Amino acid sequence: MTDVPVTTRKDWATDQEVRWCPGCGDYSILTAMQLLMPEMGVRREDTVFVSGIGCAARFPYYMNTYGLHAIHGRSPAVATGLAMARGDLHVWVVGGDGDMMSIGGNHLIHALRRNVNLNILLFNNQIYGLTKGQYSPTSERGKVTKSTPHGSVEQPFNAVSLALGAEASFVARTHDMDRGHMQEMFRRAHDHPGAAFVEVYQNCNVFNDGAFAAITKRDARDSMLIDLKHGEPVRFGADGELGVVIEDGRARVVAVAEVGVDALVVHDETDPDPSVAYSLSRLANTNDVPTPVGVFRAVDRSEYGSAVTSQIAASQAKAGPGDLHKLLHSRPTWQVA
Amino acid sequence: MTNIAQQAGEVRKADGIVLRFAGDSGDGMQLTGDRFTSASALFGNDLATLPEFPAEIRAPAGTLAGVSSFQVHISDHDITTPGDAPTVLVAMNPAALKSDLPLLQPGGTVIVNSDAFNERNLAKAGYESDPLTDGTLDGYTVVTAPMTDLTKRACQDLGVKPRDAERSKNFFALGLVSWLYSRPVEPTVDWIDGKFAGRDTVIAANKAAFAAGHAFGETAELGASRLMVAPAALDPGTYTNINGNTALSWGLIAASQLAGIPLFLGSYPITPASDILHELARHKNFGVRTLQAEDEIAAVGAALGAAYGGHIGVTTTSGPGMALKAETVGLAVSLELPLVVIDIQRGGPSTGLPTKTEAADLLMAMYGRHGEAPLPIVSAQSPSDCFFAAIEAVRIAVEHRTPVILLSDGYLANSSEPWRIPDVEQLGSISIEFASRPNHVDADGEAVFWPFRRDERLVRPWAIPGTPDLMHRIGGIEKEDGSGNISYEPDNHQAMVRLRAERIALIAHHIPPVEVIGDPDADVAVVGWGSTWGAITGARRRLEAAGHRLAHIHLRHLNPLPANLGELLASFERVVVPEMNMGQLCRMLRAEYLVDAKSVTKVSGQPFTAAELAEAFYREIETVGAAR
Repeated sequence: MTDVPVTTRKDWATDQEVRWCPGCGDYSILTAMQLLMPEMGVRREDTVFVSGIGCAARFPYYMNTYGLHAIHGRSPAVATGLAMARGDLHVWVVGGDGDMMSIGGNHLIHALRRNVNLNILLFNNQIYGLTKGQYSPTSERGKVTKSTPHGSVEQPFNAVSLALGAEASFVARTHDMDRGHMQEMFRRAHDHPGAAFVEVYQNCNVFNDGAFAAITKRDARDSMLIDLKHGEPVRFGADGELGVVIEDGRARVVAVAEVGVDALVVHDETDPDPSVAYSLSRLANTNDVPTPVGVFRAVDRSEYGSAVTSQIAASQAKAGPGDLHKLLHSRPTWQVA
Repeated sequence: MTNIAQQAGEVRKADGIVLRFAGDSGDGMQLTGDRFTSASALFGNDLATLPEFPAEIRAPAGTLAGVSSFQVHISDHDITTPGDAPTVLVAMNPAALKSDLPLLQPGGTVIVNSDAFNERNLAKAGYESDPLTDGTLDGYTVVTAPMTDLTKRACQDLGVKPRDAERSKNFFALGLVSWLYSRPVEPTVDWIDGKFAGRDTVIAANKAAFAAGHAFGETAELGASRLMVAPAALDPGTYTNINGNTALSWGLIAASQLAGIPLFLGSYPITPASDILHELARHKNFGVRTLQAEDEIAAVGAALGAAYGGHIGVTTTSGPGMALKAETVGLAVSLELPLVVIDIQRGGPSTGLPTKTEAADLLMAMYGRHGEAPLPIVSAQSPSDCFFAAIEAVRIAVEHRTPVILLSDGYLANSSEPWRIPDVEQLGSISIEFASRPNHVDADGEAVFWPFRRDERLVRPWAIPGTPDLMHRIGGIEKEDGSGNISYEPDNHQAMVRLRAERIALIAHHIPPVEVIGDPDADVAVVGWGSTWGAITGARRRLEAAGHRLAHIHLRHLNPLPANLGELLASFERVVVPEMNMGQLCRMLRAEYLVDAKSVTKVSGQPFTAAELAEAFYREIETVGAAR
């Protein structure tokens, strides 16, 4: 990586005017990314941001890399083709909860299942922003919006649970109030071979302001964010006084003093069985209870694009590179004189 | 086995026969027809086939719904259709006879498996009495053979269970027709060896059944029914028998070789397009990447993503899938990226007739996107022509940076014909140029890259990720011409809409002018597209043989239309447009050229026959003649 030119944030920013609402959580995510990129040892031209439609999907316009702003929901599909064709690229997929979990839900789960080499960032603000405030597939029950004036009667998705259920090999969660944590998660996603899914809790200050405030504001974080660390007991609180145990396959928050440190679950992000990770993801289905953040799961699994490339190489080794003349004569032939 | 060469002298000659194999879905009729076809191809006949099968994998056995047929026309001269009507019908059960007897030419030959004509099967087919004895077949030449029983007996010493032996009865039928129509036996015997390698009892049973069928012809004294169709005098060369989907797959591979960039196929299984996915998935040594996507939308999305990365992005589907892909095709129009969208048309709307042919997606291809979203459309005219149509679609897509829709149909997809294999050196080339350096100087005097700066053909550069200094962002939002930056300016959008239309229209200068087949001075010109080529050609030859004059114009390019077409159409008294839809090209021609074109339509799920079209064209010739 020594030959990668030294860059600064400025090199990774475009000259385009950023058009998110003032105060939008997307700004801090963009800043985190632009500041992180010079540290990643990658070239701008080898980096591609692919997006669908929505506020989050404008992200590529602000990164001085290659960028493809596609159509609603389809970014994981478009990025799958790109990543399959071009294993040399670093492909990021950016979208919101409506884009990736509603209209594009099918593509998201299949990109995760196939383990395509993509870094998928889900900016979850639990609302439709660009269409001005309808409930989303992650909005809580009872949510009153323009399209649910009597309150939503739908069960929301838990994005981390969904990703784990979709056989994702890397699943993480972070939030827009903590640049360092975001950068750590983005870096881990980048380093992971295969599909890496990162849910970013993101504040929409216009249509869903403060949705995550109870867990992400500075003075709440200690007691409300459970920072998952590989190989360490899962505990949180200002003095680590709270922890998580797994009982009968279910995760439960406990006082460490009552159960002892040894009773706490030791986080193993490499566990091939996603059950414990899933249990941890179920700790928080609303934004007012302690919520795990960090890497839930990071397992090694065959990456899709390279598996396809390996089959091509094996086929060429066996049959030789394609010979068109031979192909056209590969079925029974006869001569007419 | 009998030496065909020795017997040939005793056999009556025919210039062609149309044979139709019909049986239950489980009877192996497609395979039987395919083997007969292959043997005939290797023998040197010209031929054309029409496989017909139900949409259900196994409809209830013995019912009319479960009948699967395979029609093949073999000839001692150049032919273009699978025949107007079968001259020989092989019916493996009562349902097959009931369903396909109405198609048989008066006085034709019926070959039946008499063992299947029991009470139960007769009832399932809706026969109240036995058609073999009640006079139903009066006027036909009837050959009855207890195929099931004779097959079982032929296999009894081979250690094959009777139930398994029964499954070889289609090879008995194949053996019998091979004898009746003097087909070489070696290709079939060799094929059995190869196909069932490692399953010795299956090989033995199939060969025994085939031999028993062959011997039955001799011992049952069927010599009077024998016919011989001599090899056709085709252009010299090496030939292979090929169907449309295989030819199309090979055309895509060829295009990738000609362009020197890899092929990427995103596809979702759908009848009758799936065989292209199957075929391309086999050829990984050509660097072909295939993705069986989670849905039609992902399939085209991935193809577009691969195209953005510098591959030849292709997606294959049929009508329902086309509807799903429309938004992504619109994105490709807006991005001005190469993409090949292949529609193997079938009967619609909705699920329609999945296994039957139709060509009713032309106007969807033209207009089936929101906004002003023009794109080039290419069509294939015969099974082997799918090879060249695929190359042409790729060529236009990559050279003009545009999505292209290639229209084939269910008939071309599954129908086969002898193909004189082209010399790969003569296939031409496809020019690929990836942008490598900045193409504009900004106000500060700095060299920058403008993704929408166009060349003289109004084509924008193809700058693929990984290229230093050309980082840029593109999307479906309207872009400023030149810089490619997001722009909602009214004048810019107006200009961009016009540019997108103009650049597609300009492609008319990069395609060959259309040529008249037949008599350019005829009063009546037939304008066709797609698979109607075969039936139109057959009809034209009949009319010419009867002393009539007809001009035939067949369109490879449906958008833009060839530059000389308007002038050409104006030179005829009458323009007739036969189509397997309700008159879609006819509308386009009337709108484009103010020509009073007449439509001839057929939407039965069956291709036109040459006879139908000859009659329709004759009426027009007569009408024009009478008016004079």
